[in-house]
Amino acid sequence: MSRVFVCGLGAVSPAGWGVAALGEALARNVPLPEQPLERPGWAKPLRMRAVPAPSTRLPFLAHPRLRRTSPLTHYAAAAALEATAGLPRTNGQSRPLGVVVCLQSGCVQFSYRFFDEVLKDPATASPLLFPETVFAAPASHVAALLENTPVVYTLAGDPACFLQGMVLGIQWLQENYVKTCVIVGAEETNWLLADALWHLEHQAVVSGGAGALCLSLDPALSLGIELDRITDAHTYTSRTSRGQAARLVRAQLPPGSRSELLCDGISGSCRADAAERAAWRDWPGPRISPKSILGEGLMAGGAWQCVAACRKIVSGEFHAATVSMVGSNQQAIGARFVHGETRVSPLPQAGVTSQHQP
Amino acid sequence: MLFPYDKPALSAPPRVVITGAGIVSPLGVAWRPNADGFRAGRTAFRPVSLFDVSRQRVRSAAEAALPAALPVERLTPRQAARLDRAGAMLLLAGHEAWEQAGWEPANHLPLVLGTTAGGMTVGEMYFRTAVQTPRRHRQQPTRALQYQAHTQARVLADALGFSGPVTIISNACTSGANAIGHAWRLLRCGQAKRVLAGGYDALCQMVFAGFDSLQALSPTSCRPFDARRDGLALGEGAAILALETLDSARRRGATILAELAGYGTTMDPYHLTQPHPQGDGALAAMQQACEIAGLEATNIDYINAHGTGTLLNDSAEAAAINRWAGPRAASLPVSSTKAGIGHLMGAAGAVEAVVCIMCLREQWLPPEGTLETPDPACNFPILRHPQDARLSAVLSNSFGFGGVNASLILRRWT
Repeated sequence: MSRVFVCGLGAVSPAGWGVAALGEALARNVPLPEQPLERPGWAKPLRMRAVPAPSTRLPFLAHPRLRRTSPLTHYAAAAALEATAGLPRTNGQSRPLGVVVCLQSGCVQFSYRFFDEVLKDPATASPLLFPETVFAAPASHVAALLENTPVVYTLAGDPACFLQGMVLGIQWLQENYVKTCVIVGAEETNWLLADALWHLEHQAVVSGGAGALCLSLDPALSLGIELDRITDAHTYTSRTSRGQAARLVRAQLPPGSRSELLCDGISGSCRADAAERAAWRDWPGPRISPKSILGEGLMAGGAWQCVAACRKIVSGEFHAATVSMVGSNQQAIGARFVHGETRVSPLPQAGVTSQHQP
Repeated sequence: MLFPYDKPALSAPPRVVITGAGIVSPLGVAWRPNADGFRAGRTAFRPVSLFDVSRQRVRSAAEAALPAALPVERLTPRQAARLDRAGAMLLLAGHEAWEQAGWEPANHLPLVLGTTAGGMTVGEMYFRTAVQTPRRHRQQPTRALQYQAHTQARVLADALGFSGPVTIISNACTSGANAIGHAWRLLRCGQAKRVLAGGYDALCQMVFAGFDSLQALSPTSCRPFDARRDGLALGEGAAILALETLDSARRRGATILAELAGYGTTMDPYHLTQPHPQGDGALAAMQQACEIAGLEATNIDYINAHGTGTLLNDSAEAAAINRWAGPRAASLPVSSTKAGIGHLMGAAGAVEAVVCIMCLREQWLPPEGTLETPDPACNFPILRHPQDARLSAVLSNSFGFGGVNASLILRRWT
């Protein structure tokens, strides 16, 4: 079994565009401000944490494929570009790169607009909107942007699916289909998604964005992070509850230590968090909970957890970080990253900054 | 552990065989009615009854007729009551494959499904309720969960009595083929000995209106590779395969339906909704699948084409087949079964894989009942009439919005 290294990180979140903004928000450990989200037909607005507008026009929007795309595609593209920015090129050509985009709700903004038009008058529903409603659209755009992407998949699932995406990418690497693989988890928000989340968990604060990890088998590309393990996917069934699945994940990971970080999926919502809190009650080390700071980003939230854990290792704060993902309605999976070999050259900084820092 | 996993010491990747195949299509439920329908080249289009199409440009599609009784013995009454149309088709196909394979309830059995819409009809109901009666909350929490494809997958696992990792691939119209291909990879690399895989999609208003808005739907009849083709037709269905290593099947004494000998998948970034005009991505997928299977065009006895009936898809696919097959094209039978059942979206690749298995098992070729004038750009014969044939290996193509292409190669098992 080959060793797997993390060779790039990317993030877009309510904290801003880039991993640095996400890291700073988590370091402050204060939930970001919420914004009201008008819900037609209700007097009281829903709650959300929005991704701030970028301070400058996103350069990749000049690409012909990305001109009319959804915010979700913009988030996924920005995170993927940041995560792959440090990859070497040979004679101007990038190495073959696999792309896995993981989504739970997908392009809800375009879907909402298109179906709204269909119900009003299908004869005038915009043909420009429909293709962007397809789950595979963001991955296609990201692949076109990154170039030399021979294999591209879109996975759907609950937030723990992000780790399944990593497993898929590792499979491609080990079978030598590609030399590197970027895994992206992304979501966008609108009132309809916030409404659905409210129906499931009144305390949830919806948010959007993306997170990305670039993986390689080549230690020379490593940021200094090695993937130690990913547990089995413990699917919730009529015989396996969410709580049991969370405990099974815990049992497949090392017990932890005072110097090891736990990056969990706690969002601050009593009911949704109960299973995960119980499973990790006796964790001996420090822990961070990105969703409690950034909001319920669904698949983006799962990706943020991995990015945050890796960033803590690359910064030298921790030698190892465990990630717990107790998904909302599919599965629980965990992962562990450790300090590993580091490449010589530093990573270039991403070129996108936020208009405002919360 | 998903990573690292205990990789068995293998001198060569294990051969992958199919021991169960379940199918629901507009031609019927289960193997026999479908085999008879595809063999005869029947068509199943009729006016859409599932939702309002009165203001659409096109008003017909291929709806599946589902039985009132579903195999829900292992489900709770609540689970059974919440099954939507897509979930019901998935359950019927999964149950047939499971029974045919003779599998017993198990743990750690991977389930890989391809779909584009999942429970979209439930999502549409959520939308209507949220917009039209915003203060009505009844059933909205249930709908918010039930429209998600992984919920439907979990119900299938509960209904068949197994558990294991669930992977949902949503690569648009290639999803079903990619799901089967992914299962094939899991078996070949030793991550599993058995995998249940396939695709499913039900007709829904949003997707129907979407293709209509693109003017991609045929206002006449779906005629893949016809010189005067004018669009695709939509359908619905599901197909599930029970895949396992040859060793596993032999140890159980299982009946082997066919071998899944090769899988290729590529990315064509040319355009979100248009393939490369010369079919570069499709060509690469066919080449990849053949290389892995150790076969050449001369070894392939039939191609079940993606063949949607749109101008751009069919011309690109024809170019790809011409380039891939070379001189062999002149005698290589090709047809698209979408002529009879329409485009089943995320289910298409899986349903067409089952059609290929039927062809291999029963030694016939499925004609296109609607073909009138073959496109002269096709160097290959397009099947117009039912016929028997001696088939050893067949290839199935699937291409999708976004540019993911997949080819599967199935081999006869005797």
